[in-house]
Amino acid sequence: MTGFSLVVLDVLAVLIVVYLYRVVRGPTVYDRILGLNGISTKAIILLVVIGTVYERVAMFVDISTGYALLNLVGALALAKYLEQRGAL
Amino acid sequence: MSYSFELPLLILLILTAGGAIVVKDLISSVLILGSYSFFLALVWAWLGAVDVAFVEAVVGAGLATVFFLLTLFRMAPEHILIQRSPPPISAVIALPLLGLLLLYAASDLPAFGDPQSPASSHISPYYLENSLRETQTPNVVTAVLMDYRALDTMLETGVIFTSGMACWLLLGRKHS
Repeated sequence: MTGFSLVVLDVLAVLIVVYLYRVVRGPTVYDRILGLNGISTKAIILLVVIGTVYERVAMFVDISTGYALLNLVGALALAKYLEQRGAL
Repeated sequence: MSYSFELPLLILLILTAGGAIVVKDLISSVLILGSYSFFLALVWAWLGAVDVAFVEAVVGAGLATVFFLLTLFRMAPEHILIQRSPPPISAVIALPLLGLLLLYAASDLPAFGDPQSPASSHISPYYLENSLRETQTPNVVTAVLMDYRALDTMLETGVIFTSGMACWLLLGRKHS
C-alpha cells in the first residue's frame, strides 16, 4: 500500500513539472494562471495521498480543503486584478 | 521507507525559485512564488509538521500572493517589468561558498526523527510529562506557546498587529 502511494506521489510530482513548465515559460499571464490552478489541484490530491501514507486522512482532508479555498481566493484576486487593469 | 518523497518536492522547490528569478514581469514572479509556497507547504506536510504546512499555505500561498497583487495594482504599469543587471562578481563567488558552508554545518545535525537527538532525548519528554501538571493545559503545543513562551508570543502578536495596521494604512487609502 505504501509503495503504491509513493508511486502515485511521484506520478503527481511529474505531472506538476508539466504544469510548472507552462507557469514559468507561458507567454501570457492567462497561461500562468491556468498552470497555477492545475498545480493547485495536483497539490490537493497530493496532500490526501500523503494523508493515506501517514494514515491520518481526516486531518489531511481538512488541509486540502483549505488549499482548495485558498486557491479560489487567489484565483478571484487575480481575476479582479486583470479585470481592472487589463492583460499585460 | 528507504525511498523518500522529499527529493522530488525539493527539486520542484528549486525549479520554482529559479523560475521566479528568471521571469521578466512581477506578476508572473508573484504567481510562481505562490506555487513555491505550495511546494514548501507540501514539504512540511510530508515531514509531519501539519500545522506549519497549513500556516505556510494560508500565509505564503494565499495571503502573500493577494497582498503582492494588491501592491502591484497600485503601481504604474511600467514598473511591473523588471530590468535585470548582471549580478556582481563577488556575489557569484561568495554565495555558493556560503551555501557549501551551510551544507557542511547541516551535516552535523541529528538525523530526522532520531530518537537519540538532544531535542527528543531530554527537551520534548520534559514538556510531554510536566506541562499538564505545571500549566493545567491539556494541549502541549498550546501550553508551550501560551505558558512557557507567553512573553515571546505576546511580542509576536504585537509584530503581527503592527504589520496588519501598516497594511491597512497603506492599502486602505483612497486613490489620489
